[in-house]
Amino acid sequence: MKIAVVLRQVPDLIEPLEIAVGGKALDLELATFLVNETDDHALEQAILLKESAGGDVTVVAIDYGDIDNTLFTAAARGADHIVKIQLDDDTQPQPETMSIALATALKDIGPDLVLLGSQTHDELLGPLGPSIAHHLGLPYIGVVCGVEPFGGGMLKVFKEFPGAAKAALDVKTPAVLGVLAAEQPPRYVPVSRIRAAAKSAQFDEQEFDPPPVDALTAVTELYAPEPAECAEMIEGDEEEVASRVAGILAERGLVK
Amino acid sequence: MIRKQDAAVVDDLGFNFLAELSESPEGKDVLGCMQCGTCSGTCPLGVAMEYPPRKIILQARSGHLEDVLASPSVWMCVGCYTCSSRCPRGIELTDTVWPAVRDFALREGHQPPVELQNAFQNLYMYGNVLGKSPRARLKWTKGLDVDVLDLSKNRQPVEVLWLVGDYPSYYPRNQKVAREFARILTALGVSFGTLGAKEKSLGDCDRLFGEEGLFETLVESNAEMFAKHDFERLVLTDPHGYRALHKFYPKYGASFTAQHYTMFLADRLEQLKPHLHRPVQAVATYHDNCCVGRRCGCYEPPRQLLEAIPGVELVEMPRNRENGLCCGGGGGGMWLDGHISEHGGRRLSDDRVKMALDTGADTLAVSCPYELSRFEDSAKVLGAEQQLAVCDIIELLAQSMGLNEGGPL
Repeated sequence: MKIAVVLRQVPDLIEPLEIAVGGKALDLELATFLVNETDDHALEQAILLKESAGGDVTVVAIDYGDIDNTLFTAAARGADHIVKIQLDDDTQPQPETMSIALATALKDIGPDLVLLGSQTHDELLGPLGPSIAHHLGLPYIGVVCGVEPFGGGMLKVFKEFPGAAKAALDVKTPAVLGVLAAEQPPRYVPVSRIRAAAKSAQFDEQEFDPPPVDALTAVTELYAPEPAECAEMIEGDEEEVASRVAGILAERGLVK
Repeated sequence: MIRKQDAAVVDDLGFNFLAELSESPEGKDVLGCMQCGTCSGTCPLGVAMEYPPRKIILQARSGHLEDVLASPSVWMCVGCYTCSSRCPRGIELTDTVWPAVRDFALREGHQPPVELQNAFQNLYMYGNVLGKSPRARLKWTKGLDVDVLDLSKNRQPVEVLWLVGDYPSYYPRNQKVAREFARILTALGVSFGTLGAKEKSLGDCDRLFGEEGLFETLVESNAEMFAKHDFERLVLTDPHGYRALHKFYPKYGASFTAQHYTMFLADRLEQLKPHLHRPVQAVATYHDNCCVGRRCGCYEPPRQLLEAIPGVELVEMPRNRENGLCCGGGGGGMWLDGHISEHGGRRLSDDRVKMALDTGADTLAVSCPYELSRFEDSAKVLGAEQQLAVCDIIELLAQSMGLNEGGPL
């Protein structure tokens, strides 16, 4: 089975994010980036599928943030091929641009299965998977938590629903799956293997000139959430804060 | 390099393990193991290990190393060096067999315990085990009444490049110790600076945990950073880092003059003494940390500092100096409490606090950032937190110098 995995970079929330001058976007000038968590699970699911049913795994990523380190790690984890797409600049692209660029590269690969994370922390609705599926003319299933091949180009795909409900779907490949969690946590690879991959991994570097995209929506203002009125901000020194917290817990009968 | 026909091994995995070990002079000593079992008997966690050091070597020789690599006991050594210290053949088991068996386990695809994976990932991504922002390295200096130079922003020659360490930089209990040490250095007129956001862990525990690649990455980065600065010596708050600089970095061609803070201050004892003007009424017992103590053989400087404090009466636990019991936090043990207890290991810090209580001391003095929280937790678990204060030697000195922030005494 030919599996393609999309890996995206997201801003690392270890650093406080700030709103850029103009108030319509985040200031990512000083932000550090890391691999999107659910994409990391998609890669793990792909490697598990390769290990259980054979095939090869191609990782596709757009060049921004700290993508090289993410791609070396993917190679160390077991990815067979790596496609790195260079756009006209190295900042985080708009969602639609990202979708067209990735779909174009994926068309050339012609995979039986495309896996990517079902969401990112800066796009909780997860529009990229359905959008790529639309451009490729393939079905999309999101919030996937397990995939098993059972021959004849068919997959058993497990999907989570609210309330701990789980569904098993029979899916004919090719298809695009948005992964929420792999069947096991992404495996740890020793740094020596990542360092070896950094020396030996070959990237298929592709340039892509994105067509102009008419955005259907535009951000008019970005601002930090205001504290809701029901929230009580407790101030004072440690003793005062601790005593107020203890008082609230006692008022509500949570402690005696 | 040993030849397969000369080694009493029966399979390739065991041979490769012993052959790679034998590439270094200390590792070659492993070939001379006579299977006496002293290491296993003396290890404070040996009874809970399926494969203590003697058995690891036996399994490698007899073609059963794979069983060892899959065993939880691979991840149970806490780097206390007791086995190395007692081995009648002088084999450096802690620095050779343990990292090698873990390195092999990782290379063979075995996963380390999740809590340890997190520590590794944090080190790789952020240069500190706590997964904190590098830019917040000097947050502990906010509002401090003395200047702490950030050499990464203002490069200049200093006498001391102080490597603050991960816990004193980020963990609130240890940040207090960092602030008090900054005041002590200032009172002594020492010109010192830190690396600010550019400071990274020295990677000492990764090496013991077999993450050689991560350790090498940190050695390269740290050596390059130190070379950019003009200083007389490195001074470390963390004994694990001191051990790494003293014992491991030179093997990578990175040699720097380094001292643990107890050594640095004890060398300036006569200069320090006039500042110790306030009596500190404490019956203190000192816990020898394993890295400065058993690994580097340095036992007196911390005691000299404690004895110089007016009012402090120093009493010894029966297990002291070379015979000291580990707190259980070294060699990565700090991030393996869950794994060790799940597989039958004792919480060594509980045992050590009981030993301190048995002396009648009211203060357990330490000189390692890990030990404050480990021993304070144990004192609470044992219901002895009112009976026994756990203090870094820096805190006791600062109290006597009138530079402390209050605290447990």
